[in-house]
Amino acid sequence: MTSRLLCAWVLAASVGLAAPAHGADRVIRVTAKRFEYAPAEITLRRGEPVVLELTSLDRDHGFRCDELGLRADVKPGEVTRVRLVPQQVGRFPFACDVFCGDGHEDMAGEIDVVE
Amino acid sequence: MDDLDRRQFLKLGGAGVAGAVYVSGLWPQRVFGASTGVEDFGFVQLSDTHWGFGDPSVNPDFAGTLEKAVASVNGLRRRPDFVVFTGDLTHTTDDGDERRRRLARFREIVGALQVKSVRFMPGEHDASLDRGAAFTEFFGDTHYVFDHKGVHFVVLDNVSDPTGSLGDAQLAWLRDDLATRDKAQPIIVLTHRPLFDLAPQWDWATRDGAQALEALVPFEYVTVFYGHIHQEHHHTTGHIAHHSAKSLIFPLPAPMSVPKKAPIPWNPARPYDGLGFRSVQTTHHAEDTTLVEWPVAKVSR
Repeated sequence: MTSRLLCAWVLAASVGLAAPAHGADRVIRVTAKRFEYAPAEITLRRGEPVVLELTSLDRDHGFRCDELGLRADVKPGEVTRVRLVPQQVGRFPFACDVFCGDGHEDMAGEIDVVE
Repeated sequence: MDDLDRRQFLKLGGAGVAGAVYVSGLWPQRVFGASTGVEDFGFVQLSDTHWGFGDPSVNPDFAGTLEKAVASVNGLRRRPDFVVFTGDLTHTTDDGDERRRRLARFREIVGALQVKSVRFMPGEHDASLDRGAAFTEFFGDTHYVFDHKGVHFVVLDNVSDPTGSLGDAQLAWLRDDLATRDKAQPIIVLTHRPLFDLAPQWDWATRDGAQALEALVPFEYVTVFYGHIHQEHHHTTGHIAHHSAKSLIFPLPAPMSVPKKAPIPWNPARPYDGLGFRSVQTTHHAEDTTLVEWPVAKVSR
């Protein structure tokens, strides 16, 4: 399994600047398959650096969270790492943006940032 | 980029039977220039027919709506020169054989259109799961150009790549096609997804659409007609106007107006509400160019 670090575009107002992952960062593994993410709800603490490790169990998918400035391709056999430091409390929806079939529109989740 | 102010150019058709009429002379930029040699002609845009969709709670007439629209087009008093379908001809399926059956039945139904020419392009439901293979078997190339009475039409495919991209090869083809053309020649782009970022979180965008628009900017008269969002929407990027068409299966909410994008339920009190098709009529006088939004059902016109 190959791995890569995603250079995500980041909205500085809502998350901290992207940077190489640090060993101490909390890692959250997220899998994607038609037509769901697991977990579909990701709870983060404001100010805590985390790395999302995204991989697909079946075919190409996407991971898009505009409010946190995140977008990544999620492919089978690869781990895409997205580092973020959420700066804003709230619920931020994410969704698949690579068409994957009849159910694509329902492939979504939420990042819940708490204090 | 500016949203057009509907109040600036909306005129209602007579007695509510003709649909909404949009007059290009009131647009920030004309669709056609008066001195470009464009001859009088009209065409009809139908979109997002989703043949094979079968949820009666969303559209209880899912099997009959397309045929009604075809009859309505055939009933237009002013016969269009041609008809275009801007994608999502069929509803997606994982089964390639079923996809071909849907494309075949769709082609059979629209074969009743009484026009000289019908132009097709895919939507993601037709093409994203097999990168356009089945669509191509039935309708040929997914991107192409044609000319009609002085207007250069460019059909772009932003769906065969499931990421919703045109791709470098198609962009290079577009630049090559445009390279030798007179910058005053009117250009109409036909495509499925919006070329600008209408609502990327809802997949209402084309990842590399900005590159296509950049290639079109030097041209004086450019208009884009697209589908995908199942509603009428008007927008400009610089001097380029973008007009989306209604669907012929179910309407969708306004961009980002609700937390979750989902079909607007059928209203028994107003059947076919939010569905319809569009005619575009132009003359060499730009101020006479109109877009007319027609309902599905056959009406007096």
